Amino acid sequence: MIDFPWLTLTIWLPIFGGIGVLVSGDKTDRKSGPEFTKRLALGVAVATFLVSLPLWFGFDASQAGMQFVEHAPWVPSFDVYYFLGVDGISMPLIILTTFITIFVVVAGWDVISYRPSLYMAAFLIMEGVMVGVFSALDAILFYVFWEAMLIPMFIVIGIWGGPNRVYATIKFFLYTFFGSVFMLVALIYMYFQSGSFSILDYHALALGMKAQILIFIAFLLAFAVKVPMFPVHTWLPDAHVEAPTGGSVILAAIMLKIGGYGFLRFSLPITPDASAALDGLMIALSLIAIVYIGFVALVQKDMKKLIAYSSIAHMGFVTLGFFLVFSIFRQPEVSTGAVMGIEGGMVQMISHGFISGALFLCVGVLYDRLHSREIADYGGVINVMPWFGGFVVFFAMANAGLPGTSGFVGELMVILASFRADFWYAFLAATTLILAAAFTLWMVKRVIFGEVGNDRVAGLKDLNRRETFNLGMLAAAVLAIGLWPKPLIDVMEPTIENLVAQIQISKLPGNDPALANQPEVPLKP
Amino acid sequence: MPFETAFLATVLPELILLATACAVLVLDLYLNDEQRGWNHNLAILGLAATLGTVGLLSNNGVTIAFSGSFIRDPFGDLLKGIILILTIFTFVYSRDYMRERGLWVGEYHVLVLFATLGMLIMVSAHSFLTLYLGLELLALCLYPLVAFDRDSKPGAEAAMKYFVLGALGSGMLLYGISMLYGATGSFGFADVAEVVNAEGLENKILVFGLVFVLIGVAFKFGAVPFHMWLPDVYQGAPMPVVLFLASAPKIAAFAMATRILIDSLGALQADWGEILMILAILSIGLGNVVAIAQTNIKRMLAYSTISHVGFIFLGLLAGTQEGYAAAMFYTVVYALMAAGAFGVLAMISINGLEVEQLDDLKGLNDRDAWLAAMLALMMFSMAGVPPAVGFFAKLLVLDAVVSVGLTWLAVVAVVFSIIGAFYYLRVIKLLYFDKAADSTPLRLAGDAKIAITVNGLAVLLLGIFPASLLGICNAAFSG
Repeated sequence: MIDFPWLTLTIWLPIFGGIGVLVSGDKTDRKSGPEFTKRLALGVAVATFLVSLPLWFGFDASQAGMQFVEHAPWVPSFDVYYFLGVDGISMPLIILTTFITIFVVVAGWDVISYRPSLYMAAFLIMEGVMVGVFSALDAILFYVFWEAMLIPMFIVIGIWGGPNRVYATIKFFLYTFFGSVFMLVALIYMYFQSGSFSILDYHALALGMKAQILIFIAFLLAFAVKVPMFPVHTWLPDAHVEAPTGGSVILAAIMLKIGGYGFLRFSLPITPDASAALDGLMIALSLIAIVYIGFVALVQKDMKKLIAYSSIAHMGFVTLGFFLVFSIFRQPEVSTGAVMGIEGGMVQMISHGFISGALFLCVGVLYDRLHSREIADYGGVINVMPWFGGFVVFFAMANAGLPGTSGFVGELMVILASFRADFWYAFLAATTLILAAAFTLWMVKRVIFGEVGNDRVAGLKDLNRRETFNLGMLAAAVLAIGLWPKPLIDVMEPTIENLVAQIQISKLPGNDPALANQPEVPLKP
Repeated sequence: MPFETAFLATVLPELILLATACAVLVLDLYLNDEQRGWNHNLAILGLAATLGTVGLLSNNGVTIAFSGSFIRDPFGDLLKGIILILTIFTFVYSRDYMRERGLWVGEYHVLVLFATLGMLIMVSAHSFLTLYLGLELLALCLYPLVAFDRDSKPGAEAAMKYFVLGALGSGMLLYGISMLYGATGSFGFADVAEVVNAEGLENKILVFGLVFVLIGVAFKFGAVPFHMWLPDVYQGAPMPVVLFLASAPKIAAFAMATRILIDSLGALQADWGEILMILAILSIGLGNVVAIAQTNIKRMLAYSTISHVGFIFLGLLAGTQEGYAAAMFYTVVYALMAAGAFGVLAMISINGLEVEQLDDLKGLNDRDAWLAAMLALMMFSMAGVPPAVGFFAKLLVLDAVVSVGLTWLAVVAVVFSIIGAFYYLRVIKLLYFDKAADSTPLRLAGDAKIAITVNGLAVLLLGIFPASLLGICNAAFSG
């Protein structure tokens, strides 16, 4: 089972499936055209989820190394390989990707009337490319997937987005592109230091402090834009507000996670000394995101914008968890907490994928009916849409970190870890529990509860079959992780322990006996 | 060395092309307006035959003929092949455009064929004299082509500008060549290389000649600050001529730069490398920044060309085998992208519409989804977004630059490519996100659609499987 190229299949099945969907077309003169297209798209999405399951069930959770490794020459004269593999960090994210895409396809079913084949194809191709990002172990392959991901999202926001979509989508593209080209230069630089484009070789590469700092900054530009961290987060509210529901779901649930994944795969293990030196900056930016963006979310009038800001605040938690480890290392009396911080960040990423995806789907449900995202346009929705109201309340509670939901697990782990690091980190981080409760529940109060706001709200119909399926599945996932997070944490634990052990070793030449015989690597002018 | 009949076999592709051009010239006399299609068919047939001969004659060895003034090697064979293919594309893309405007006459085919012949000679030149002959044959055909629509005022103006500045560029080149001749006593690349290797920088006349030759090369490429003619010529010339001008001659110019700088003046790499660095930074910077301000699509693509020339120079200035191969890869890829982009523009300039302004592209996706997809692919490729091949071209060049320790130069280049990404995205925005004023579907010729499909798939597939082309480029410089 391990030998079968499951990763390749999970990447290319949706890409070719997406091309197939595109070719199947949406002829308006053929009555069955669009319906067939959508069924095909759904079939591809479900099939992709099914072929990604062996990655979970066949995964050996007892070891930290790469599994399901595939290695084939791609551009041999340039030392670039088709090199794939997953570990405990990337595997859950791949499953998240294939799982969420199903709901995106279903959510677009009735809503997308302009060229549904192109819409569905874009999401399927994006799915394959995102799985590629999570599984690529060759730096160039990673970069190809990383950039290729932008194209479908650019098109999705630009074609099916709201009134200000062109501004939003170009801003989205340029921000991400800006961040990533510096990463490309860093990757090429490390190729000449290590003689290989393999990310695993980068992990073992000794680098001088100056080089590490510059490489760290190059990575930071790429990943901070993606996460997004304060102050390069401004593209996200724009993109979210303008994107169609499916685009928002993918952005929040998966694309943001790619930034967090990048920190774990690149920044921490490749430049541990620079990360340790700059961890104060990273923690400060994370705390600003948690507290300041939390307040910004409080005053939003637009539901999507509110959830977008809430995403930034929650992702601040993730980066906080990742960069706490260094202040824990610096205190010799504290022995635990480093692993918990990173694990907490990972759980938070997965959980946020489900919760934010679900919340955007909820907003989409309302928007499809009344074409407004303004909080003020609603009120008392629960009176006419009881099922929907129930789901919204549930996901809002999860977003606020209610125990029993997945949102609680990650936040608790990060806060516990931050207590080990510094009381004030924990204190500031914990304010998010209050803030998140405030902005989410206040929104729920204004939209869902109270008297029926106006006649248009009074005429709303409750969830249809497809919407119930979407929200129900996501609710089940949120509950499952919230009540029984052990399987998820067990899968990640060895990998993250290994990562923590690895970043404790300085990679400055001369510090480590294993690296001592490597020459000093000066940064070229 | 006396004349040998065997030499004729070496130049067989050029002879076939010459014969084709002459045949079209004569044939055209006997055709009426209904029968002009025969010119087209004969020209394409001749080009295909030439392409076949190039393929048949190609082997890994090197043949030098005509007293060392003509060379046939794998490097030249590849570039000739690409030039011929691009010329065929040009004819196919341009047919409907030229026919609709009454420009589809024999002279068009003859001039393009002779220009192609000039390019083949440039590619195979092994002495400055041959090179200059090829260059002038190319240039003298391009001047009338730019003014081919004789009722067009901008066309006439562009041709005049091109002629004057082109003559100036040729003059510079010729002046430099005469310096080199004075210093070395020979026109042959091999002989010049010998003297240069022995004397190097000691000989000031050589350096002097180098600078002027380099200016000539920069003129032909359109590198800043010798780029002034490029936007005006692109704007004034008919679209198919721009298509031709933007694609194949860039390859010939690259061959010229390689033959001169590497084959004969390779020992002075440190000197011309520095000059190229300045030209490259200026070209990438100015090209990308000024392109943003353009509203005319031809001018925008002209400035985009300038920035791509900067990237080609980046590869050359690295001075390593990988760098040369990267520059060659970039040139071939750029020519393919330019042919595709201008090809789409020429194809949609029908039914009385002349695509000039960016706004003319609005909503193309609703009129012809396939053409829009192809143009979008070209734009993504030019912006360097994977999986299109433009990404690999940029990657290889950056890699070559970093490998010689110029990491800062790579950073400068990527900063400007971010700026450049904006104007390519703007085109895609117009294609997909805006609504067309007139959304009647386009009706296009089948062969042009096939050509654009081949062209587009080449850009995509080379991006996914770049190993083959890269292997050929590496092989061309490893011998």
